Amino acid sequence: MSLWLTLAVNSIALGGLLFLLSAGFSLIFGLMRIPNLMHGSFFMLGAYFGVSFLAFGINFWLAALASGAAMAVIGGLIERFLLRRLEGQILPQVLLTLGFAFIIADICLMVWTGDPWQPTTPTHLQGAVQVAGLFFPIFRLVIVGVAVVIAIALWLMVDWTRLGAMIRAGVDDAPIARVVGIKVSQLFTLIFALGAALAAFAGVIGAPYLSVYPGLDFEMLPLALIVVILGGSGSLLGALVGSFLIGFLYNFGQAMFPDLAYVILFLPMLLVLVLRPQGLFGKVVS
Amino acid sequence: MSWINSRRVAIGVALVLLATLPVWIGNPYYINVSSQILLFAVFALALNVLVGYGGLVSLGHAGLFAMAGYTGALMLDAGHGHFVAILAALVVTLATSAVFGVLALRSTGIGFLMITLALGQIVWGIAYRWAGLTNGDNGVNVTTRPAPLGISLASADYFYYATLVVFLIAVATMAVFVRSPFGAALRGTRDQARRMNALGYNVWLIRFLAFLFSGFWSGVAGLLFIYYNQFISPQVSALTTSAEALLMVISGGTATLLGPIIGSALVVIMKNVVSAYIERWNLVLGVIFVLIISFMPEGLVPGSVRLWRTGWQALWSRLSAPAARKTGEQGP
Repeated sequence: MSLWLTLAVNSIALGGLLFLLSAGFSLIFGLMRIPNLMHGSFFMLGAYFGVSFLAFGINFWLAALASGAAMAVIGGLIERFLLRRLEGQILPQVLLTLGFAFIIADICLMVWTGDPWQPTTPTHLQGAVQVAGLFFPIFRLVIVGVAVVIAIALWLMVDWTRLGAMIRAGVDDAPIARVVGIKVSQLFTLIFALGAALAAFAGVIGAPYLSVYPGLDFEMLPLALIVVILGGSGSLLGALVGSFLIGFLYNFGQAMFPDLAYVILFLPMLLVLVLRPQGLFGKVVS
Repeated sequence: MSWINSRRVAIGVALVLLATLPVWIGNPYYINVSSQILLFAVFALALNVLVGYGGLVSLGHAGLFAMAGYTGALMLDAGHGHFVAILAALVVTLATSAVFGVLALRSTGIGFLMITLALGQIVWGIAYRWAGLTNGDNGVNVTTRPAPLGISLASADYFYYATLVVFLIAVATMAVFVRSPFGAALRGTRDQARRMNALGYNVWLIRFLAFLFSGFWSGVAGLLFIYYNQFISPQVSALTTSAEALLMVISGGTATLLGPIIGSALVVIMKNVVSAYIERWNLVLGVIFVLIISFMPEGLVPGSVRLWRTGWQALWSRLSAPAARKTGEQGP
């Protein structure tokens, strides 16, 4: 019984991390139509940044925020100066982001070597709380809490603020949005930077339990992809549901069919593609 | 002598050079590099069917390549003969391509790319994690090369010739394919899918058949690869392999027959040269991607080929009748 409960808690925690990763991916993919193949690299590079900050003795949350900020700058620069020139051209965008993914992977290998890094969980978040006779590891619960807070904040931003309305307008009809005075290109840079920051932030807070190692980037990228295909691109709710679904499948799959755990992750994606290609919460795009 | 034109002369010279390559290159190392170029050219040509002529960018072709390689290697490992192993590998690859095609063609553009990427990762997941079947990270050894018509392919020379024969068959098939009504229909679905639909073409079916065709030749290339390396590991099915193949197609120029071949030569030679000096192939690959996109978005070869061709034609038109032949369509 307690095994299943542990698995469930782990699943929810992984789901929370996946949401942070795929929310940005989903926005970039759904709103800007950019296939950002370096999103997993943002996650990994962010995690490495965090590991280094922690090694300097910086507070855990401060490290996560600093790493997110650094990645926002990097992502923003790449979008502003390179991706921007390729607007609407899928193949060049793919090559550019893929190229950066390889560059980042190799630089990480050079700087942080091939050995895995696993920072210790911050002391005030170690241990477990007892609820109704069952133990829950605090850190995992905190991850879920952070993910939920960010999910609500993103939802409020996109659906209820002036900024969100401008973003939605830019996505629906960029030329008209420009005509009414919305600076669409700045908005897109902002979204890209935000997505990069979220991925890096997730990388840092996930580091104590996923650890950071070469290849993490291309392990996370397909997960973000599956989540977005499952939930529907551009849909935050879809990303949330998809993330928790994948979180559960990953942990339970690994416990029950260790050899095939990775493959099982893709099954719901295949089902959704066959039955509902726009994703569970996606809109039909003409 | 109207049958002589620059194109035919070039093809003739290329054929002679390729056929006599082991003689004038001599060094087995370079002969092996040439075999690599030819086998990856087959792979790049296969991918080009979708990327260049179909306008469908696949990032999952390493999955098909590795599927053929693994099936062949595992069948041989289980004690089956080469004929059975090759046949099984091609059948399995075709079946996999059919599944990939059905799923990926639910979408086009970015969606197609993302789905093929995910599908390719499934194959990687099986190769890497399902150790009971695929021996995981340790890979599978292929102890012998086949001996068609009683000729052993163990030496670099003979293996090169076998690869050359397969390569030429592949090029010929592609040439026929490109000129055929089906090839024209595929280009039609790339440029004007809606109009093709209105004209009564089954756009989905055309794309699906192109996917199968592409998958088949990827499988052939995968088989050549395992016989060349006599070893296969999950690394082959990784995204890097798909990306390299895509780089071959793009750097050479999409939707041409020559492009992927030149691209393959570029990438293989660069990879061998770079690997001899530093261990940073991925970094170099990434930098090349970024540089090409930033400075030469049309690809390296189309630009230089066009320059070369205009220069050559200007010269040639003074010597004979103007060769007003338009070859190769450029993608958007």
